[in-house]
Amino acid sequence: MADLHPDNPYAKERFADPDRKVEFPPEVKQRFEEVLTRYPNKEAALLPTLHLVQETWGWISPEAVHYVSGLLDLSPATVFGVVSFYDMYRQKPMGKYNLRVCTNLSCMVTNAYDIYEHLCEKLQVAPGEETKDGMFSVIEVECLGSCGTAPVVQVNDDYHESMSVEKMDDLLGKLK
Amino acid sequence: MDPIKVLTANVDKPNSKSIETYLAGGGYESARKALGMKWEDLIQLVKDSELRGRGGAGFPTGMKWSFVPRNAPNPTYLLCNADEAEPGTFKDRVIIEKDPHLLLEGMIISGYAIGSNPMAYIYIRGEFHYGATVLVKAIEEAREKGFLGKNIFGSGFDFDITVHRGAGAYICGEETGLIESVEGHRGQPRVKPPFPAVVGVFGGPTVVNNVETLSCVPLIVKHGAEWFKSFGEPKNTGPKLYCVSGRVKKPGVYEFPMGMNLKELIYDHCGGIIGDRKLKAVIPGGASAPMLLPEEIDLKMNFDAVMKAGSMLGSAGVIVLDETVCIVDAVWRLSKFFAHESCGQCTPCREGTNWMESILNRIERGEGRQQDADLLYDITDNIGGKSLCALGDAACGPVASSVKKFRDEFQYHIDHKSCLPETKRYRSLNQPVGAH
Repeated sequence: MADLHPDNPYAKERFADPDRKVEFPPEVKQRFEEVLTRYPNKEAALLPTLHLVQETWGWISPEAVHYVSGLLDLSPATVFGVVSFYDMYRQKPMGKYNLRVCTNLSCMVTNAYDIYEHLCEKLQVAPGEETKDGMFSVIEVECLGSCGTAPVVQVNDDYHESMSVEKMDDLLGKLK
Repeated sequence: MDPIKVLTANVDKPNSKSIETYLAGGGYESARKALGMKWEDLIQLVKDSELRGRGGAGFPTGMKWSFVPRNAPNPTYLLCNADEAEPGTFKDRVIIEKDPHLLLEGMIISGYAIGSNPMAYIYIRGEFHYGATVLVKAIEEAREKGFLGKNIFGSGFDFDITVHRGAGAYICGEETGLIESVEGHRGQPRVKPPFPAVVGVFGGPTVVNNVETLSCVPLIVKHGAEWFKSFGEPKNTGPKLYCVSGRVKKPGVYEFPMGMNLKELIYDHCGGIIGDRKLKAVIPGGASAPMLLPEEIDLKMNFDAVMKAGSMLGSAGVIVLDETVCIVDAVWRLSKFFAHESCGQCTPCREGTNWMESILNRIERGEGRQQDADLLYDITDNIGGKSLCALGDAACGPVASSVKKFRDEFQYHIDHKSCLPETKRYRSLNQPVGAH
């Protein structure tokens, strides 16, 4: 693997410890077993399993890709192909609070870009990156399906609707 | 026309999402009645009601069901499309979060009608985390009461539902993309035929229906096809949820009989434009729908009338744009969306959506070239009808219509290297734009 490009998640350099293995804690393992019973084959359980990975570790590491490929009898390439296709699967660690600002048309014309630009500047963070203290990451996302209460910011799993720069500042103050 | 409370009858009740509230309003009686009927009669009833799919295409639901073969080698599946991701659309979320049992009851009846295997799936977009927890709870409640599980109402029909969360891909709202995603793959649409009704998920015949469509089914069983047809006009029947957003005073979800007048909806029910400014354009059916000019909006919002006006009802996601909005910027934002969401499988869409986004961006930045408006129009002609699924055509909707209807504004950008003076800047142009 040493000859892979360093940005490739499979490059050895990206592994903190090449021999490190990850495993679900027992209670997550149990939830995984339940997921398997809901589908006619193992492969179909891939999306829910990746959600479990992300809930457990916050992102989907190369080690986790290998672990899931073993659990579901899939090649690591197949698993990574799915991880990279879907936006919500994180391929690198994100801040404790992931601020997802919708900027699609209905949010844009209700000043969503003001919030997004304000967040990037205030937190001194590039889009998609985490702050130095690991608390926040800011990302511009596509329509969150909440256009009637635009603009909307999703903080981890929760929607915050009818937002403004002032409300965003209030919210940031509460997120510690 | 006054708003109605049919699909949204329960949403304002306290604790509307609990099974007790739903049962107090006569809930699950339609399912009990339907499971005592013959499946043929049930499909005929839905055909008679002239219910058309609420996801965007408007395909007759009863006809879709009747395509399912009854003796296929693989089990038949029912999939609920709750991947509500079309910009401007937020109607299914109301049902999912406020009245989940209406959807579940609709799925039980629909599953019985098509001869579904004992497991159906609700494909809900990953961002609707709260909606997914509401549905999981509702399914548990229904299972406890015996409305899901084995031998429902003593009919011998076994049926259960699993909530399958997506992970942020608009393309999974396309029915074959959704099927691929349920199977655990990248959500890349399939070539049709074979149509899902013949070979769909896990190799079996598959029906994919939208949340709002399935939620109409218990009402049809309860009140009959004639009652359902009393809303709207022939071929465009039933209650309809309209989502209005953008530059209006009172955005939100409004329920009316199918065929609500668009102008009346915007001015009488949504309070008109913010600051009583001048209307500039209306997108009547989500991001994919071609734009309408202010003089074109005295229009019945049903499938056939909007199509006749050169646009589409789609998901009935009405986005209102006033004179402060720069059309080039608005269309750029929609094109950025389609470029981001193109699955990358077929060339016209993968390349074309990105080129449209780049060209619109350069016009907006004042770097447009004289031939750019024609070039955009030419690109839409090279994507439209040539892509593997409808996403390519969808991406052309806003671009082709705006180049045609707002040609002067495009030309102004190219000649003056700036936006029209009355428009407002809704984003700073030096902000790095996230890659797609």
